[in-house]
Amino acid sequence: MKLVDTILFGPDLLGAAELWAMCLHFMLLSVLAIGGAITTTPEMSRWVVGERGWLTDAQFTASVALAQAAPGPNLLFVAVIGWNIAGLAGVAATMVGSLVPSTTLALLAARWGTQHQHRLAVRAFKAGMAPLTIGLLLATGWVLTEPLRGHVATALLVAVAVGFMLYTRLSPLWPIAIGAAVGAAGFMG
Amino acid sequence: MTGQAATALREPASPGELFRAFNALALQGFGGVLPVAQRVLVEQRQWLSREQFVEVLSLGQVLPGPNIVNMALMIGDRFFGLRGAAAALLGLLCAPLLIVLLLAALYGQLAGVPAVAGALRGMGAVSAGLIIATALKVMPTLKASPLGRPTAAAMVLLSALAIGWWRVPLVWVVLGLGAVSMALAAWRLSR
Repeated sequence: MKLVDTILFGPDLLGAAELWAMCLHFMLLSVLAIGGAITTTPEMSRWVVGERGWLTDAQFTASVALAQAAPGPNLLFVAVIGWNIAGLAGVAATMVGSLVPSTTLALLAARWGTQHQHRLAVRAFKAGMAPLTIGLLLATGWVLTEPLRGHVATALLVAVAVGFMLYTRLSPLWPIAIGAAVGAAGFMG
Repeated sequence: MTGQAATALREPASPGELFRAFNALALQGFGGVLPVAQRVLVEQRQWLSREQFVEVLSLGQVLPGPNIVNMALMIGDRFFGLRGAAAALLGLLCAPLLIVLLLAALYGQLAGVPAVAGALRGMGAVSAGLIIATALKVMPTLKASPLGRPTAAAMVLLSALAIGWWRVPLVWVVLGLGAVSMALAAWRLSR
């Protein structure tokens, strides 16, 4: 029964009050997460590691890295953190907390924008933000290469991925598989 | 649907189709779902034009929360209201959530293997390239920008430098550069 308890509530068997506090804190972070949930990791780690002592620094960093490597939205690092703190109950607390405020706001804003699409403010928002959105994509790609710049194959793999997306219509899974193979063979050591 | 370039766009037949499409694209998204979303939603299924993709992404970025989650909600909501939003969100999250939790449970056994660490770094380099390629693909939408091509190009460059090189927090880039860009757009649009 020990294993079942660990799966449901985590190694420390957190109680309802602590789970509720966790859910509320992630709700607060959700509202502040402009630029994605990943931008709130410094504050998240301050609270989870520093203030509450539920995870070590190494566990926190490993949780983020694991979710980055898995398929799906990067937001799921929040679920891994919840899992490591308090099992499935922790996943529910962190995911509900991270999703409810931001999804509500996104739906309301999108509907308002569609209803008022001919207003000057809405048209100016779309036209004015479009170049920044593209600039942010370029910057994100650049920042992601940062921890990898010392490795031999990095520039080559980036170029392969760009060429693949621009000149073929195949799934991005192919360049990802090539990257995994090149890395596993030791060229990213 | 908004936007002028809505010529030959298609629509999902049901919330179920939205669920399956977002499920499939989430499972292909290693290190970020955005490049796959552009390929599937714009190029393969043709539910959005490139212009609409940039519009939805712009709004998804300035709102709190993950871009791709916000985009799934807005796209689902446009086609089938709340049911569509829920279908797209669940499609995006359910299967990847199970996978990531399984990996978390197994992580202790895998973390020390050098080949696994190398493979993760290789995948990281590729996912950076995929995001850069996505930016290059939607760049031509700026040709029709009310800002005019030189101003739009300068804004791309400045925002990329501000965030990627000088590491200005996104909030300040949106409030500063974004405000200037939107004011210029409003001025050009109202002339």
